[in-house]
Amino acid sequence: MKRALTERTRRVPLGAALPVVAVVLAIAIVVAIGSGPIELTPRTVLAVAGHEILGLGPGAGPLETTVVMDLRMPRVLFGALTGAALAVSGAALQSLFRNPLADPGIIGVSAGASTGAVGAIVMLPPITGALVAWVVPASAFVGGLLATALIYALARPSAGTGTARLLLVGIAVGAAFSAATGFFTFAADDDELESVVFWQMGSLGSISWLRLAIVTLPVLLGLGLLMSLARRLDLLTLGERQAKHLGLDVNSTRRLVIVITALLTGATVAFTGTIGFIGLVVPHIVRLLCGPGHRALLPVSAVLGALLIVVADTLSRVVAPPAEVPIGLFTALMGAPFFLALVMRSRAVQL
Amino acid sequence: MSARQHGPVPQDGPPSGPRPSPTPCLEVHGAGFTIDGARLLEDVSFTASPGELVAMVGPNGAGKSTMLALLAGDLVPTTGEVTLAGIAPHRWTAKALARERSVMTQQHGQAFSFTVRELVEMGRAPHDASDEDDEIVAAALVDAEIADLAERDVTTLSGGELARTVFARTLTQSAAIVLLDEPTAPLDLRHQELLMQRARELADEGRCVLVVLHDLSLAARFCDRVAMFSAGRLAALGAPESVLTPERIEDVYRQKVAVLAHPVTGRPLVVPV
Repeated sequence: MKRALTERTRRVPLGAALPVVAVVLAIAIVVAIGSGPIELTPRTVLAVAGHEILGLGPGAGPLETTVVMDLRMPRVLFGALTGAALAVSGAALQSLFRNPLADPGIIGVSAGASTGAVGAIVMLPPITGALVAWVVPASAFVGGLLATALIYALARPSAGTGTARLLLVGIAVGAAFSAATGFFTFAADDDELESVVFWQMGSLGSISWLRLAIVTLPVLLGLGLLMSLARRLDLLTLGERQAKHLGLDVNSTRRLVIVITALLTGATVAFTGTIGFIGLVVPHIVRLLCGPGHRALLPVSAVLGALLIVVADTLSRVVAPPAEVPIGLFTALMGAPFFLALVMRSRAVQL
Repeated sequence: MSARQHGPVPQDGPPSGPRPSPTPCLEVHGAGFTIDGARLLEDVSFTASPGELVAMVGPNGAGKSTMLALLAGDLVPTTGEVTLAGIAPHRWTAKALARERSVMTQQHGQAFSFTVRELVEMGRAPHDASDEDDEIVAAALVDAEIADLAERDVTTLSGGELARTVFARTLTQSAAIVLLDEPTAPLDLRHQELLMQRARELADEGRCVLVVLHDLSLAARFCDRVAMFSAGRLAALGAPESVLTPERIEDVYRQKVAVLAHPVTGRPLVVPV
């Protein structure tokens, strides 16, 4: 009995965790918009945002307005959306595969997007920058979805061992796409190589209002859909057979989760390049805080993922101005030690 | 005996427990299952009715778990047919099937740190949320003697504690047909008894309970009928006293046994000699 009481599982309830991370995210967004080569105080940022968006208050000078509205706000908001998309996708896929090492890469979408983007960078004739700026994301998006579709078609997951097959086929197809990416990289000239490396380390540098507008609705929709699957994802963590015994249509749920996570990841990564670690680390942190139930896991992961990217992007802009360090370096740099600390602290890690 | 039989299955005297109601809710007709050329199950026929507790026994690899998987809808028979309430399991929608039958499998490894209570609550998943849910979950926690563990992380449980948790989840599913695959294997003496008593009660409440067991004495003590499997076939089906004879057990298990009478209940007690 004593053991039962002392080992009682401690958890932060959703009602406490979500508001706290949401407030921190809001603060981080304001600070992020104010940070960069031109420093703005939070007050200035809020004044501009209030004037431009809500039509309240006097606003600020034209320079400040341009910096906030045109340069930084779409980028920071896009970063937040990307973080939410990657973290929630990672959480859902870890549960689907019952594997804590799963992240959006497991269904091939990252490898496919890389191949698409790098292929476009290398194969396109030297055309105007404006066109390239759209062809590369489009190619990345298509590549990501193609890879996932190919994996799904080859694995033809059905009841029983479907998810295990999916995992193995995913590894094989992912390796093939990585080889293709390697081939394109090998064939690239110096200028192309620079773009390739930059894409692969991720950046929010190319975000505009238009790009934000393109992804916002689909991403919010995808996040909402995944959150509506919370109960089903809980059952999936028990394993396919048990989930089925409890009345879950495993095949359709699995298909739904894969399609939504591929779209979420593909849509955001297409514009930002590969941003690693968020999808892997954030769900773990949230599980340790709030437990594995998806009703809390998904929304808190969304907000924490958003927060992590907003902070990482801010760092990438301020450490070596005017240069921008790739954001992927910071997500890994911040995520790895934190993750490591959590792993070292927890008693047992089960794979 | 309500069972409609196909094939040479010995039919022995009436069950000594409560009389099963005459309409079977679970029917198996000439069912067989072959995978990669290996014949795991061949020409099995039996029926079971509400109110019955039926044990499925047999040596390792005799086909008990395969039979259970066919009944659960995990596998589709390659020959013959299996029906629950007249319909083949794979023709049900997953949710409707989960309201009709609950399953406790042998493996229940947990990948994530749900609490015992959360895991047990998942048994309510096939049902629409109702005010009774909390009551049903609380009762199941008590029945499985895991109320004290309710807030524990399931990944920290012992094998027996985890098995009791999964049994509690099976109870909360409130299904008419309950399939238990070696539920007592990881349990201590007391909890084996408790689990089988609860299974007995489920049958007495009018459910149809099928349980795979290795302990023949346990099967004899609690079950109305015993189905003995041997090399993928149903070797015998009937009341424990008639199925569990020394000759048959030696024949099927290749192990000499003596069958005694339980000093208190008088039920068969199977001991190796």
